[in-house]
Amino acid sequence: MNRAAESVVVALVGGAVLRISLTDQYLSYVREGLRPFLVAAGVLLLATAGATLRSEVFGRRRPADPHGTDPGQVEPVRAGAARGGHGHAHGRTPVAWLLVLPVVALVLVGPRPLGADAAGRAGTALGSRADADFPPLTADDPARVGLLDYASRAVFDQGRTLDGRRVLLTGFTTDGPGGEVQLTRMILTCCAADARPVKVGLAGDVPGGLAPDTWIEVVGRYSSRTARDPVNGETVPYLLVESFREVPAPARAYE
Amino acid sequence: MTRPGRPGGSASGAVDRPVGSVSGTAPDGAGPAVGRWRPGSVEVLVVVLLLVVLSRGWLADLLDAPRLRTWSTVFVSIVVQAVPFLVFGVALSAVIAVFVPAGFLARALPSRPVLAVPVAAAAGVVLPGCECGSVPVAGALVRRGVTPAAAFAFLLSAPAINPIVLTSTAVAFPGAPRMVVARGLAGLITSVLVGWLWLRLGRADWIRLPGRPDLAGLARWPAFWASCRHDVVHAGGYLVIGGLAAATLNVTVPPRWLTALADNPWLSILVLAALAVVLSICSEADAFVAASLSQFSLTARLAFLVVGPMIDLKLFALQAGTFGRGFALRFAPATFVTAVAVAVAVGAVLL
Repeated sequence: MNRAAESVVVALVGGAVLRISLTDQYLSYVREGLRPFLVAAGVLLLATAGATLRSEVFGRRRPADPHGTDPGQVEPVRAGAARGGHGHAHGRTPVAWLLVLPVVALVLVGPRPLGADAAGRAGTALGSRADADFPPLTADDPARVGLLDYASRAVFDQGRTLDGRRVLLTGFTTDGPGGEVQLTRMILTCCAADARPVKVGLAGDVPGGLAPDTWIEVVGRYSSRTARDPVNGETVPYLLVESFREVPAPARAYE
Repeated sequence: MTRPGRPGGSASGAVDRPVGSVSGTAPDGAGPAVGRWRPGSVEVLVVVLLLVVLSRGWLADLLDAPRLRTWSTVFVSIVVQAVPFLVFGVALSAVIAVFVPAGFLARALPSRPVLAVPVAAAAGVVLPGCECGSVPVAGALVRRGVTPAAAFAFLLSAPAINPIVLTSTAVAFPGAPRMVVARGLAGLITSVLVGWLWLRLGRADWIRLPGRPDLAGLARWPAFWASCRHDVVHAGGYLVIGGLAAATLNVTVPPRWLTALADNPWLSILVLAALAVVLSICSEADAFVAASLSQFSLTARLAFLVVGPMIDLKLFALQAGTFGRGFALRFAPATFVTAVAVAVAVGAVLL
């Protein structure tokens, strides 16, 4: 790939990164806090493309001065380092063509957030909470609770703060070990490569006939029933379902 | 892009050509190709993009199968989350290449390489970020005359022991503060050991830095931008290779294999170290994944945390692109073995 094409590819990557970070699309892949960095990186990439294309089109290269040093110029590469240039001389950077792949994936395909397939491959991620101190739930009824929050309160606090309350959980459906429906949400720290599922079993008026990966809102109460995750042996708490309804997938798919 | 018969084309071609290149083939088709039109990279790029746009619906359907959807999401995520760190690392390395006088950094370190290695490793604390950024920075350090062993110690320690990484480890392991100490210590020791190992066994001709002859003779700002462009497409291309490999293994290695191996104390250490290589998780996040691998011993999870920031598929690809394949093929196994051994030793003492 020659220099002009390199600049075009840099512009494409910068444009794609800027596009997904100015819409909500980036939330499908990385954590929310990365947005300013993505925007800054996109702008820097576009600036690089612009500046290099400009000197590609209008620029006149000053021949390197083999004698004396001009303080305004960059010193020539050390002889030892320049030796490594062999092998890059002909095709320049063939590997640069690969950068077209993520651009195409981001702009034209837009892979959806991780769902039931990824959740089934990993154990539920409660981690270890040594000293659990849970504040009371919000006053509204039913109280809206995240899946990780619900599972932590149920497992590490034996459901004390959930007692006598109706809670509303949002997640997607996955198949539990016995084929029954589980409510699942992925949580992530940096990007989807480190995403891990939090699973909650459903008892009572269990939703039937739902395909995996269907987003639902469930209203229910704490149940003391638990199960073991077949992948890592962690505790999977249960929710006694009173009602449920299908909902569209949220923009923030991860917790 | 073709430049048929551009006035002064031969003069500019002379400067374009890499230092030390004796072959007469001009990379951009300039020179002998006067008057004959050949499709250049930009034209090919346009055709490729047009074809992809036309097959867009078919592609989207294909990638909607559950396993392929997981694959494509993981691939895109690894690349997207690495881009900011890579771009800032590239910009920092361009600053080092263009604005920092040659030899300045080498003078800032102790002149004896044996001492420069631990100082450079300790300096890794100040570069808060993921591992993708530290590879181009280490490349710029070597190019600017820092002794390679010290640059490699910095390359390994920066993503392993910076404050953000240690803080996230503390958050992920709330009941085990020793995990933070063990991780920081093991990361530092491994970086220093690998640096010293390079001093003893490493040979300069294993390193093949991609030459950047186009910087010589440019004014500072054009040189800055040219350096950024070269590093972004170069390291970025290798990042894509690493992301593809990591995503592929991520969706093909059956999770049950892990569970079956967790009970064997020695095997489980190797398994989690290998998993760290395969998953290629950002070092700011790997502690949370380690915390959820609760079927494994703390020492095995420490190995996961020590190996991950130093060597994984994505990093291997980036290192191969920055320092050459011959380098990466030797450096990666040495780093892996050292990291696992140090993790086991530190784990035995602290965990």
